[in-house]
Amino acid sequence: MARADGRRQPPGSRLIWPLLAIPGTVWLALLFVAPLYVVVAILFGGTDPILREPVPVWNPLDWDFTQFTYVWDHIVGSQPFFRPALVRTVLYVTIATLLCLLIAYPVAYFTARFAGRWRGPLLAALIAPFWISYMMRMLAWVNLLQTDGLVNRTLSAGGLLDVHVNWLQGHATTVVLGLAYGYVPYMILPLYAGLDRAPTAMLEAARDLGASRWETFRRVTWPLSQTAVVVSLLVTALPMLGDYFTNDLLSGSPSTSMIGNLINNSVLTPGQTGQAGAFVLIILVVSVIPMVLYVRSTRSGADVMS
Amino acid sequence: MRSPVAWWRNPWRKPWVLGAVTVGYLLWSLLPVLVAVLFSFNAGRSRVTWQGFSMRWYYGDPLRSVWHDGSLHTALTHTLWLGVLATAITIPLGVAMALGLDRWRGRVPAGANLAVLMSFVLPEILIAVSLLFVATVLVSPLKLGTSGQVLGLVTFQLSYPVVIVRARLLTIGRDYEEAAIDLGASPFGAVRRVLLKMLLPAIFASAVLVFADVIDDFIIVRYLSGDSSTEPVSVKVYNTARAAPTPALNALTTLLLAASLVAVAVGFLAYRWFTRGEKGRSLDVFAGEA
Repeated sequence: MARADGRRQPPGSRLIWPLLAIPGTVWLALLFVAPLYVVVAILFGGTDPILREPVPVWNPLDWDFTQFTYVWDHIVGSQPFFRPALVRTVLYVTIATLLCLLIAYPVAYFTARFAGRWRGPLLAALIAPFWISYMMRMLAWVNLLQTDGLVNRTLSAGGLLDVHVNWLQGHATTVVLGLAYGYVPYMILPLYAGLDRAPTAMLEAARDLGASRWETFRRVTWPLSQTAVVVSLLVTALPMLGDYFTNDLLSGSPSTSMIGNLINNSVLTPGQTGQAGAFVLIILVVSVIPMVLYVRSTRSGADVMS
Repeated sequence: MRSPVAWWRNPWRKPWVLGAVTVGYLLWSLLPVLVAVLFSFNAGRSRVTWQGFSMRWYYGDPLRSVWHDGSLHTALTHTLWLGVLATAITIPLGVAMALGLDRWRGRVPAGANLAVLMSFVLPEILIAVSLLFVATVLVSPLKLGTSGQVLGLVTFQLSYPVVIVRARLLTIGRDYEEAAIDLGASPFGAVRRVLLKMLLPAIFASAVLVFADVIDDFIIVRYLSGDSSTEPVSVKVYNTARAAPTPALNALTTLLLAASLVAVAVGFLAYRWFTRGEKGRSLDVFAGEA
């Protein structure tokens, strides 16, 4: 092992770092990387004809592509009954993520620059959703959105209007708003961290030199925050891709189902396990691509995490 | 008197619009939850009409209150138990891994770094489904139930302490540790008596985050739960939220929220204790790393 610096080190110090890192590394290899291969082996494996149980095939040379082609054909082929859910996933996740950005950016910006002595309490309130269980936040909306719930009562303005919208029966709007509500907190924090680091002097200089608010934002603030924006878009959009419970709780209808619902519906159905594997693989590929691009563009993975 | 136009054009006016958006967001974000908490104290079984204050859904109702309905309090205790177990395993494993990966160079640690990064950002459903396959299709030590849930949760959460501790290691630098070694400490002694002491705030912050995240977990614990006795609160809510639940469900989630807040308060106070005398805003560690 070559040492980057020439400083003296006592014997034994070379061993200590591998020793410390190995338990975690082995853990991830056995329980994170290897299981992903199991998914691949099941997808390209067969199905027991009698028990309808998946039979994994470990050797790539013996892979059977039947299940993969089946899923693929039903996405792009003439009977695309998986396609609507995939299109919906892209649409819902895109709209919900942009909605998140629209809400999160001003909030994060205000907290980072103008909150003053309210910064502490404000940050605590912004972090609060992390300590409230996601399911509780969704349950809260399920209660509010009942046909006789508070939302409809508010909309009917104390009996003046007669509003009986059944919000919880397959409304795409409800699902998208629910996703945005659920994931906004995850976006605010990385944005706040990024905006907090932006040099205030630069923004003030822009204003001093005559830029309007909008121009300052467009030409200074926004470019300065671009890394934080990309990170926050990633950490919001990627988990949304695998979400199926928001959809189940707020809609529960196949007319709004997303790829997560396809996985959830097939994963425990005998004979369809391979399909679930195919959808999981789609999510894996779709989430790895932006990751790789991002890591390439910053050249060090450490930046993503900060 | 200034005209509204002049007020709008004034470059140094107060950011009322941003402030209003922020306040609006906070109301939107927190009010629904407050309403849900409020209705856990409802005297009737409605979750939309207020019928007076009572503790019926906590312990009053002989059948359906959290205290008397076995499935509800099992869910609560199981959730907290999972939180404790998973945190207790994740933190030592992750802290050791962070220390090791920070200094160890080569192919293996580079791969481990990539694995940490991947498990940090990949959707949870990938880990959940792949571990479910391992538990159901293969013959392996991974079994559905509490042990499987803990293994899955640790796998998913391991990246948190690694990321947080490594960020802290960057700011600490290597000087203190080298000084200790120059003064005669063994490498292990330097790590144990110098580095670990300085890392305590980061370790506490990550423990609180992991605990809060574990008791909030849904996808992994649902797929890896064995039977109804290993179904935590989130799964219980998922299963009953659409099927005419009573306010007992609100009471259950309110209790979980209380447990979570206690954990945060303890963590925050401990954090303040360990960082006393240091400069900087203590909340930012929780904010920047979450």
